[in-house]
Amino acid sequence: MGLETLFGHSYLTTRLDEAVNWARKYSFFNYPFVTACCGMEFMSTFASTYDIARFGAEYPRFSPRQADVLFVVGTVNEKLAPVLKRVYDQMCEPKWVVSFGVCASSGGFYDNYATVQGIDKIIPVDIYIPGCPPRPEAVLDALIKLQAKVSKESVLDRKYK
Amino acid sequence: MREYLGVILTAGFGLAVAAGMLAFSIMFGPKKKTPVKLEPFECGMPPAMEPRGMARVNFYLVAVLFVMFDIEIVFLYPWAVSFRELGRTAFYAMGGFLAVLFAGLVYAIKKGALEWD
Repeated sequence: MGLETLFGHSYLTTRLDEAVNWARKYSFFNYPFVTACCGMEFMSTFASTYDIARFGAEYPRFSPRQADVLFVVGTVNEKLAPVLKRVYDQMCEPKWVVSFGVCASSGGFYDNYATVQGIDKIIPVDIYIPGCPPRPEAVLDALIKLQAKVSKESVLDRKYK
Repeated sequence: MREYLGVILTAGFGLAVAAGMLAFSIMFGPKKKTPVKLEPFECGMPPAMEPRGMARVNFYLVAVLFVMFDIEIVFLYPWAVSFRELGRTAFYAMGGFLAVLFAGLVYAIKKGALEWD
């Protein structure tokens, strides 16, 4: 319906932003695009010791229709690149991308012709997590950073148009 | 009526939350429809073929028969639990009910509704 554009750049919009962002940042549904060993650390983030549920992001969805955050976990090679692009394209707005580990962020030590040298060559990335693999604390840190980023967004942003 | 108040309130609250979520999402949710987004999701691969929409008619028949005899069991349970209190009349009434369904079962078998091929 697009009611969010009704108020323009006004006080009401900033209040709406606050409510919408509050709802969004504490209810991330992840799409785990897990391709490599980083997945182990990603899984342990979900388990009881680190408990990603504390941040409202414990619910992995295996359909991009229902996911908000695309976690690209592991090496993405040239053959997989179109798949990743397609998964990203099929996600509904609002959507964010977290690049998990050095392989996803920059190709890591796979500096060769077969590996995509960073998924930001294919899709926009919001948060990069360094590490090979990153510890679960780093994942939670990235999640908090993503929440901070989301809370600064506006419903009038061009990415939602 | 008062003893159902809790159930009614819970159901009402649940419905309100569900309807509210849908309504807010329709009103404020961003919608960007692109051709690739509207395609079926095949784990990131382009769809190989159209999904076939046909199912064998036997599924329907078996499902309907299953539901019928399932409901029969649902009726049998409370009857069996309160068998002693209900007495003779209920026994004959249930006998009649079962006879009708049994006739139906015989008819279905005679017609070959349970044969798969």
